[in-house]
Amino acid sequence: MRTIAWLLALILILGFLPIVTHDVTLRETVFLILMYVALAESLNVILGYTGYVSFGHIVFYGIGGYVAFVLIENYGTNIVLAMLLAGAFSAFVAYVLGLAILRLRGAYFAIATIGINEAVKALVTNLNQLGGAEGIYFNMNVYRPYGGAENAIWFAYYLMLAVTVAVVLVNWKVKRSKFGLGLMAIREDEDASLTLGVNTSMYKTIAFAISAFFPGMVGALFFFKNGNIDPESAFHLTKSIEMIFMVMLGGFGTVSGPVIGAMVYERIRGLLLVSFKALHIAISGVILLLIVLFVPRGIVGFLRERVPVLRRYFE
Amino acid sequence: MIEIWIDSVISGILLGLVYGLAALGLNLIWGVMKVINLSHGAFIALGMFFAYFLFTFGLNPYAGVPVIFLIGVLLGMVVYFVALHRIIDAPELSTLLSTFSVSLFIIGVGTYLWSTSPYAISFDVGTISVGGMTILGTKVIAGAVSIALALSLYYFLYKTKTGKAVRAVSMNRTAAELMGINTTKILALSFGIGIALAMTAGALIATIFPFTILSGGVYELKSFVICVLGGLGSPIGALVGGLIMGILENVMALQIPTGLVPFIEFTILVIVLLLRPTGIFGGEI
Repeated sequence: MRTIAWLLALILILGFLPIVTHDVTLRETVFLILMYVALAESLNVILGYTGYVSFGHIVFYGIGGYVAFVLIENYGTNIVLAMLLAGAFSAFVAYVLGLAILRLRGAYFAIATIGINEAVKALVTNLNQLGGAEGIYFNMNVYRPYGGAENAIWFAYYLMLAVTVAVVLVNWKVKRSKFGLGLMAIREDEDASLTLGVNTSMYKTIAFAISAFFPGMVGALFFFKNGNIDPESAFHLTKSIEMIFMVMLGGFGTVSGPVIGAMVYERIRGLLLVSFKALHIAISGVILLLIVLFVPRGIVGFLRERVPVLRRYFE
Repeated sequence: MIEIWIDSVISGILLGLVYGLAALGLNLIWGVMKVINLSHGAFIALGMFFAYFLFTFGLNPYAGVPVIFLIGVLLGMVVYFVALHRIIDAPELSTLLSTFSVSLFIIGVGTYLWSTSPYAISFDVGTISVGGMTILGTKVIAGAVSIALALSLYYFLYKTKTGKAVRAVSMNRTAAELMGINTTKILALSFGIGIALAMTAGALIATIFPFTILSGGVYELKSFVICVLGGLGSPIGALVGGLIMGILENVMALQIPTGLVPFIEFTILVIVLLLRPTGIFGGEI
């Protein structure tokens, strides 16, 4: 209870700051932070709770982005509906794929998800209906129903805040439910939990679908706000690894870990870009390596271990 | 018409051998230490640049191959002790991320030093004509070097004492340790050889195609497909997988848009993983 209370308070205070101050630069920063938080928390369901390394998870973000983009551009669908449909479609794709690939374990599953991301990217790049490698651009008229581009961007921002709050709540609910317990049992020992009566394949597939639903919506919002979408930015494997990095940095399998990880990551990234410019990729490689080697349980795991008093606050 | 087909098949076989060489490295690392090496592509690119700089210093690219192989073994051993030794028994997520961070480091420094603009080794050994077809000499030599290296690896693994120790560690590390094998040394050496194979493959590819520091990624993904096709952990599988991949790539390009080739490759990857995760030649080293 304490964990979710301060987490939601943190997100809401952060989220309302740009609205109160009407600061556009701040809004852009917070939009990015919220997006990272939402992506990291989504991945946490399959990676943190269930222990399946979805290495190409960004594919669901890209799929959601394209679904929403086509709906809005071609049929004039409202962004709220388009976002929900994009999320639902991503979840559906994950469900169907999950039935097949979740039978694979460990590294085999990781490779399969990389393969799926690359296959979808190559397919979209070759579909002229989706603009091919160049991608698609919005006709400026699509922002008219929202009262112009500026208002549309604010609207997308509110929606991102809502999605972020929703994904954190879902994470917390899952963690405390029988379903979540089943997922964590799968993570610890899949064969044992199957023997003890956990319907492992159903649990895994649903967890995969949940963790794809939110990235679908995030992709829809990001590319709606962006105004154009192309395969390279929609299915960028590095973004997948950024998501894993945030979950690891904060502490996987905890509700608060990915939130903290995402916020810290956004800061680190900004600092590196400013102070090291050309070398920022190399430095982030070094930081990632240090975390994997020395703090594998992340910030939250580290705090829980060293300062037991904090355990109630960092679930 | 038939000449074009034969031409692409031969081209495919030669390129496939080089792809197979890179995949061989990935497979050796997976087979011995159960690590998916996500820095493979970065090392392939590094091999390309080493070949380029040795060439600009006046060294024949093929004379550079042993040098690059040696550098690869050393670099790989260093990376093993820095990035892998501590977490060799941790869940696969740790090793995936640590090898990926090595890749970020190499690509980051590479981008800083050489930018992302293309380089090429302008080296010509002429062409070989067989029955009206002409094949680039560089492709023929690259294929031949790959076969030679694959045979030496086979000799090393099956005929030498150290090679047998490598195979023992891949079968059962604890038992190998109990038999008095220094497993740390063997793991480091295996990773070194795996990296050396990647860098050598890179050096050979650099004599055929232009490249950038980011080029390795494409070949890394190809290596994944090849390994899965031939069976993760199986050296012969890697070579046969490489041949299939090379031929497919060149023959398919005659029939369908080149851009769709990766889509088909990755679809094959996922299907093979699902139907036969051990690959066509699945098994131990």
